[in-house]
Amino acid sequence: MAHIKLAQNKVAELKEVCKKFNNDKGELINVLHAAQSLFGYLPAEVQEVVANELNVSIAHVHGVVSFYSFFTMIPKGKYPISICMGTACYVRGAEKVLNEFKKLLDIKVGETTPDGVFSLNSLRCVGACGLAPVVTVGEKVHGRVAVEDVKSIIEEYKNDKE
Amino acid sequence: MAKDKIQVLVCSGTGCRASKSDEIVKNISQAVIENDIDKDVQVIRTGCFGFCEKGPIVKMVPDNTFYVQVSPDDAEELVAEHLVKGRKVERLLYENPETKERISDSKHMDFYKKQIRIALRNCGFINPENIEEYIAKDGYMALGKVLTELTPEKTIGLLIKSGLRGRGGGGFPTGLKWELTRKVKAEQKYVVCNADEGDPGAFMDRSILEGDPHSVLEAMAINGYCTGADRGLIYIRAEYPLAIERLKIAINQAREYGLLGENIMGTGFNFDIEIRYGAGAFVCGEETALIHSMEGLRGEPGVKPPFPSEKGYKEKPTNVNNVETYANIPPIILKGADWFASIGTEKSKGTKVFALAGKVNNVGLIEVPMGITLREVIFDIGGGIKDGKKFKAVQTGGPSGGCLTEKHLDIPIDYDNLIAAGSMMGSGGMIVMDESDCMVSMAKFYLDFTVEESCGKCAPCRIGNKRLYELLDKITEGKGTEEDLFKLRNLANVVKDTSLCGLGQTSPNPVLSTMDNFPEEYEAHVKDSKCHAGQCTALMQYIIKEDACTGCTLCVRVCPVDAISGERKMAHFINQDICIKCGACMEKCKFDAIYIA
Amino acid sequence: MDKIKLTIDNTLVEVEKGTTVLEAAKLTGVDIPTLCYLKLEDTAFENTPGGCRMCVVEVEGRRNLAPSCKTQCEDGMFVSTHTPRVVNARRTVMELILSDHPFECLVCTKSGKCDLQSLAQDLGIREIHYQGEKSTYKGDESPGIIREPEKCIMCRRCETACNDVQTVGTLSALYRGFGSVVAPAFEMDLDHSSCTFCGQCVAVCPTGALIERDNTWKVMEAIMNPKKTVIVQTAPAVRAALGEEFGYEAGTLVTGKMVSALRKIGFDYVFDTDFAADLTIMEEGTELLERLNKHLQGDKNVKLPMLTSCCPGWVNFFEYHFPDMLDIPSTAKSPQQMFGAIAKSYFAEKMNIDRKDLVVVSVMPCLAKKFEAARPEFAVDGDPDVNVSITTRELAQMIKSANLNFDALKDDDFDRPLGESSGAGVIFGSTGGVIEAAVRTAYELHTGKTLEKVDFNELRGFEGIRSATIDFDGLPINIGIAHGLGNARTLLEEIRAGKSQFHAIEIMACPGGCIGGGGQPYHHGDVSILKKRQIAIYQEDAGKPIRKSHENPYIQNLYKEYLGAPCSEKSHELLHTNYFAKKKKIEIE
Repeated sequence: MAHIKLAQNKVAELKEVCKKFNNDKGELINVLHAAQSLFGYLPAEVQEVVANELNVSIAHVHGVVSFYSFFTMIPKGKYPISICMGTACYVRGAEKVLNEFKKLLDIKVGETTPDGVFSLNSLRCVGACGLAPVVTVGEKVHGRVAVEDVKSIIEEYKNDKE
Repeated sequence: MAKDKIQVLVCSGTGCRASKSDEIVKNISQAVIENDIDKDVQVIRTGCFGFCEKGPIVKMVPDNTFYVQVSPDDAEELVAEHLVKGRKVERLLYENPETKERISDSKHMDFYKKQIRIALRNCGFINPENIEEYIAKDGYMALGKVLTELTPEKTIGLLIKSGLRGRGGGGFPTGLKWELTRKVKAEQKYVVCNADEGDPGAFMDRSILEGDPHSVLEAMAINGYCTGADRGLIYIRAEYPLAIERLKIAINQAREYGLLGENIMGTGFNFDIEIRYGAGAFVCGEETALIHSMEGLRGEPGVKPPFPSEKGYKEKPTNVNNVETYANIPPIILKGADWFASIGTEKSKGTKVFALAGKVNNVGLIEVPMGITLREVIFDIGGGIKDGKKFKAVQTGGPSGGCLTEKHLDIPIDYDNLIAAGSMMGSGGMIVMDESDCMVSMAKFYLDFTVEESCGKCAPCRIGNKRLYELLDKITEGKGTEEDLFKLRNLANVVKDTSLCGLGQTSPNPVLSTMDNFPEEYEAHVKDSKCHAGQCTALMQYIIKEDACTGCTLCVRVCPVDAISGERKMAHFINQDICIKCGACMEKCKFDAIYIA
Repeated sequence: MDKIKLTIDNTLVEVEKGTTVLEAAKLTGVDIPTLCYLKLEDTAFENTPGGCRMCVVEVEGRRNLAPSCKTQCEDGMFVSTHTPRVVNARRTVMELILSDHPFECLVCTKSGKCDLQSLAQDLGIREIHYQGEKSTYKGDESPGIIREPEKCIMCRRCETACNDVQTVGTLSALYRGFGSVVAPAFEMDLDHSSCTFCGQCVAVCPTGALIERDNTWKVMEAIMNPKKTVIVQTAPAVRAALGEEFGYEAGTLVTGKMVSALRKIGFDYVFDTDFAADLTIMEEGTELLERLNKHLQGDKNVKLPMLTSCCPGWVNFFEYHFPDMLDIPSTAKSPQQMFGAIAKSYFAEKMNIDRKDLVVVSVMPCLAKKFEAARPEFAVDGDPDVNVSITTRELAQMIKSANLNFDALKDDDFDRPLGESSGAGVIFGSTGGVIEAAVRTAYELHTGKTLEKVDFNELRGFEGIRSATIDFDGLPINIGIAHGLGNARTLLEEIRAGKSQFHAIEIMACPGGCIGGGGQPYHHGDVSILKKRQIAIYQEDAGKPIRKSHENPYIQNLYKEYLGAPCSEKSHELLHTNYFAKKKKIEIE
């Protein structure tokens, strides 16, 4: 496991968050949500800070982090791509769309491209079944995505980079 | 409230927002100002109208004109024509697919005709971010009635009499559940709203929270009064940012209006609500797992009993109900148990919200009376199967449910009938499948989901589902044997019989129901290595029609594995042992000489 | 108590309300198989996650099979424990568990003592019908404990031991679903974690997922090397448990056979850690009296209570969890390390052996002793004072490997001078024993009087936290005792809060003390085994001609010839140590 150094001001902010939740271990999940939005992900070091502040073991924190799919220990790409694999999207071809993303980005689900631009995930139902199959890039929802559209979606954001 | 103003209701549910409904609101508002009619027109973002297939939707009130598939570019025309000149914009009205007639009022559309809206009564009608609009629709009157006119016992009695059952999937009578918590003596009790909607393909809870959050807050307060709890917690998926935002606004407004907090309506009743976030674990829909998650633990379920009504959140008596269940409660209090009980079947009263999706023409969120048939839902409301294909199956109950077929189309939908048919109500996902859907693949899809969502606590669910998935995978790969079918059934039964919580106890249902209803499909995969739906890639064969092939060799050049051979200008041949079924040859062939068998 | 009547396998049984079906069945003579379930009576250990589903039974009126360990009896219940449906379910679930388990039984440390293996045999599993992917994890080979997570069946016993009982918090369930496993955070190695190596996880693990590091081959290598003189020390708790490995009733003392076996295995000298325990009492007792006297003279800087320091699991615990209190425990080394230090100085000099050619092996009931022996501060120029530490189980293994007929071994005596001990040294093996031994000596040194009765029954027992006040001729000395690290934490937190009334506290990491150590023969959940070992320890003490450490003539001689006096400069150099805060600081940019 690569060790990273956390920025002092962010650690101070994280400790502030814990304090806001009364350093109550019952609030662990709320704290982790806040920590993830602060750091973008939950590296081991962040989990250690949280464990110390809430007075629980690091193993307990990691046990919780690794249980819930929303939490990630891998930094997400600048443009996180999620393919809805809810049933409605699945029956309308989401799996093929996902495979196309995997192929074109050359990464697996849960990974980030080496340049840090894209990360790929599948999620379960965003509640836009009328638009199935649905792909979200960051906050933006792309509906009725066909395999042929995948390339242009990637290009759209790739070009946006510059 | 400016009652005399014309209201422009713009759907701002997740689906319509994904189709730029925010921009529509912006453009309409701007056009309203430009046309100098902003004193007479109010633009309102509402929750989901349900007809997601035709979104984004814009509705004009009071004349109830229902515009579909509106784009931001249409805003100017809508304002200039409809609002300024009073002329309907024909091209944006819904077109009846059969008669081609344009329909202006949604109540005349087949999609809405058979619906009865109780839980969704306000969705699409009010601005969810304005408490006054909820109050104007009799909001918080039920709470007022309960606090001033009814005792907890009477209120619970009324709920029992209404026949309301839990809408989260289990179908436990809501009134009885409240009574269990009420009877336990404790200093502190909690009421919880389960908004961890995790069924892939169901989004009714989200729509209610986005479209009518106060109905849930009001019902939770009533629940608190009846069970003796002064604290409520809403456990909601973190993946629902809009619903969370609207809930926060609603809670703050309710506090400002004295409808939450200390001494509500001057009756001495205290009740307040907090939000807790889920973090992506389907199993947290199970109430003991949900409680563990709220306590900052891994969301592993516990063995019941003890039930949460005795020992729940922080070991205190806790009553957990789902969003849709709560949304039903205020109307029951106001209109009475008899009114509610008059809707539905003998043992399942009221309505149920379904997320109708899949291969059906009208995808959307619908609320129908219990007792309606699947046929009515799929063909009348849903408008039949997409692209003129043939109906094959409908899956209800999500990963816990089963696939029903043609022969089940006319049974009245209720909790017990669905279970008897080998499926279940679940939270209300309803996925329609056509002839191109392979049932083995469908079962595999659901198992893939349960494997990913199993918490890992008990062995049958942790390992059993994985093995079920692997067996199904083997079958879709054309490598299954007849013995595998026996194994599949035995394992499915054991996982169902021995798993710790509802997840594992129901996860084999998609396997068992497809095995029961489509045995020939499993046999075809195993005995003949055939997938008649043409979905299982491994069982497909790309074949070159000898008479159509010109021998241009284009396919030979694109084939990544050199599976195609033949003389130039002569018919070619695909070696099936080498072919990886990538489809590149078929794509390239200019003479349509390659087909899938 | 309310009584309930129910039928189990057609037998009517009456039980108290709150009884589980599993317990009720036992009353009717039906032993329902269990795997994850484990309750240790009279300790804080209770693991009933209801996860393995081996104990499922049919309850009339219920749709699904019910886990008998978590199902409470109800009036009129009708239970069947071995219908075909039940048996098929158990067998199928067992096949599932085995389908995700390595087939290494022939070479697995746990073979023959494995709960999973024996249950699979009982169920008659001969074929695994459900094969598929197996889970893989990062393994761990730390000095004391080896983790083989592929063998983990998620019974959660270790997690309960580590968190609920020991409050160490090293292990947790990680990930979810098929990938879930119990491991330290981020699957880090145990020696980088908060692990104390108390070994209680190993003691309860039903499979080979958690085992001791096997050092038996290292021992054999040393014995086979003609240049080396190999000596062995045996801890007091070993002799009270070793017999179990050879079919003897728990609590049978096998001291003589053990010595005899060690000689036959090839050790050059067979010594006794009890000798070093007597030495510990001299040092620790003197230190206590020094602190006590300073305190009585009004010295505000003196730290009281003084805590014992002979348990290495406990030392690891406070170094990690109470780094602000490192000056409270006695600085005296543990008996294992005192033995090593004396062997490699006094004994080596006496025998004229270069310390590098002297190999000290210890036989311990403990896994933390392996870690302790490897601590860098317990080595001189890289040569450890104790070269190799093995457990009671490993010794039994060596005896079996050597094909010795344990039954037929005649009783032998330890070698001199490091083999002679008092009864006070023996009772180190049980909770309360160290402090009782200390009291015997401290009383006499402090008062100058001879004890009429050396048995302090008020200090003995099995309760997790005990206390007693001993009258030191008019001076009341308050003594606390805790065994199990969770109990230790309670007393430590009292001290931290300034609320502790004790002058001295004895702490042992394992339930029951060393007799319940992580390296002892597996108890398989039977706490009465620990209690029988405890009785044996006190029996050995009672039978000893010398009962007090300071009366051990070889100890007296050691001070006269070599050390001078207890807590002298030489003693400090050889027999005392320092403690180090273990938790690493989080790096900040």
